[in-house]
Amino acid sequence: MTAVLPARAARVDEAAVRAALGTVVDPELDEPITDVGFVRSVAVDDTDDDTDDGVRVEVHLRLPTSFCAPNFAWLMVSDAHDAVSGLPGVARVVVELDDHHDSELINRGLAAGLGYRGTFGHEAEQSLDELRATFTRKAHTAAMERAVTALLRLDPAVDVAALTLGDLPAGEPTTGALLRRRAAVGLPLDPASPVLVEADGTRPAGDAAAHFLRRARSVRISVDGNAHFCRGLLTTRYPGSEADQTPRPEDRPLLPLEVRS
Amino acid sequence: MYSKDGEQYHVVDAHIALWDARPENQRNVHGKQFIDCFYDYHRNLSPESETWGYEEYLYQGGERLMRDVFVDGIVDHAIFQPARLAEFYHRGFGQTEEAFALAQAHPDKLTYNHYWDPRDGENGLEKLRENAERMHLKGVKLYTADWHGESRGWKLTDPMAYRYFEACRELGIRNIHIHKGPTIRPLDRDAFDVADVDHAATDFTDLNFVVEHVGLPRLEDFCWIATQEPNVYGGLAVAMPFIHTRPRYFAQIMGELLYWIGEDRILFSSDYALWTPKWLVERFVDFQIPEDMTEYSPITTAQKKKVLGLNAARLYDLPVPEHLQVAEADETPTGPREPAAADLASV
Repeated sequence: MTAVLPARAARVDEAAVRAALGTVVDPELDEPITDVGFVRSVAVDDTDDDTDDGVRVEVHLRLPTSFCAPNFAWLMVSDAHDAVSGLPGVARVVVELDDHHDSELINRGLAAGLGYRGTFGHEAEQSLDELRATFTRKAHTAAMERAVTALLRLDPAVDVAALTLGDLPAGEPTTGALLRRRAAVGLPLDPASPVLVEADGTRPAGDAAAHFLRRARSVRISVDGNAHFCRGLLTTRYPGSEADQTPRPEDRPLLPLEVRS
Repeated sequence: MYSKDGEQYHVVDAHIALWDARPENQRNVHGKQFIDCFYDYHRNLSPESETWGYEEYLYQGGERLMRDVFVDGIVDHAIFQPARLAEFYHRGFGQTEEAFALAQAHPDKLTYNHYWDPRDGENGLEKLRENAERMHLKGVKLYTADWHGESRGWKLTDPMAYRYFEACRELGIRNIHIHKGPTIRPLDRDAFDVADVDHAATDFTDLNFVVEHVGLPRLEDFCWIATQEPNVYGGLAVAMPFIHTRPRYFAQIMGELLYWIGEDRILFSSDYALWTPKWLVERFVDFQIPEDMTEYSPITTAQKKKVLGLNAARLYDLPVPEHLQVAEADETPTGPREPAAADLASV
């Protein structure tokens, strides 16, 4: 008789952990933490010990300053913990935030599984859901402005107020990015759906379309400007971290920033 | 005064500090983290010729401040905007007595603003009255993310803060400079959000609310509330140096500000000692919106004169020679300025 060994899950390696971390987004910058260089190190320990239920993973994150907002820091660190813990074949996960004013508090709370409220105590009221939702909405607003402006560049005479998703060029990266952000906020994706819309479905009156787009533009400039500055600060703080950053994706081409030294 | 190409600019630096972040004044690791954060801002955004060493960045003292801020006679007047940070530094971050003494010695050149914190309660109110009299306060700097015992943040709409605003009104302290930081209670909310400024500005229409850093990192939230409130202003501290490393981003910031709040409500600031004013003034006078960014009108010389000093001089009743004055724009007090100039097709 032939002994049948139970099928083992594929061994988790560093690439798999980084791929999982790639699903974690900095809500303010609307970019994966892996793209902006916030992942400082990934260590996978697969030496066998008495348990054989998976590997041990240790991840260190870093931010552009010690004084980045602790609520956003918590979101990224706890999301990172969830993402890595969800990998089949991982037995134990340690995620730590380095060099932050709340590193001790956050790392202790995460290790003990205390959650947001348990970690921040009296400073936490309910949850960070609304904070996250606010920035998911801003990400949609910025993507909407990028998609419309990309179209306006091709056809300056386009009637912005009447635009529907079907009018957006299908091959443009800005169109795809908008569709993904619409899905994230629960807006319809069918070609007849209007483009100019708030995440809650509010639409501008016909004569207010330009004003609506101008306001969206200020959101886009803010998000893009912050993304550039945060990336720059990270490389100032951690020399060499440029190597861990990937260029801004081509679905957001509208802030061609010159960066001079 | 700064002169270039036959134009003269009366310059007011609306945000400077005399800080002490030397190790002997650091109370804990946060004192080091805080100044290191500033130093990284400085290193990241400064031209190489204007970049300081770490040691000299920790403390400048009054003599050096006078040299740095007033070099070549470019800056006419500067306004202290101190941060307390008592939980990070033994003697605080902003050096109150040293800065106040300097302002007393150079009243034509320096104005000293102080701070208050609603969490100091009734005692703080009493102290504010004393300070207003002793320091002849015309303005205050409020940092909403200052740590204070168990608390790491407060809102302008907190009931006790309103008591302080009422005191400011009574004491003739008209200019309220607000700096939003990373912490707030509860942490459920965005600490940088300026919605509370909107409420306070509506309830205290006789006070001027200057949002420092033009709301960065929430430029969009700032523009949205400031366009609705005629008594909300934007201070350019930290935004100014983008003129060097990221001139197109700086152009967009200026373009948005001129569109949403107009030329009469933007204040130049170096944020000394984060940066020094000389190179920022020189760059700003030479600056222009890139030609391909047609959604923004070019910045006029009159607008530059207002931003560089006339707007702040008006808020602080600083004397400006008649021939350097520029009339206020005939613009709507609320809502977008020159909406017709908005060219949607360009970016």
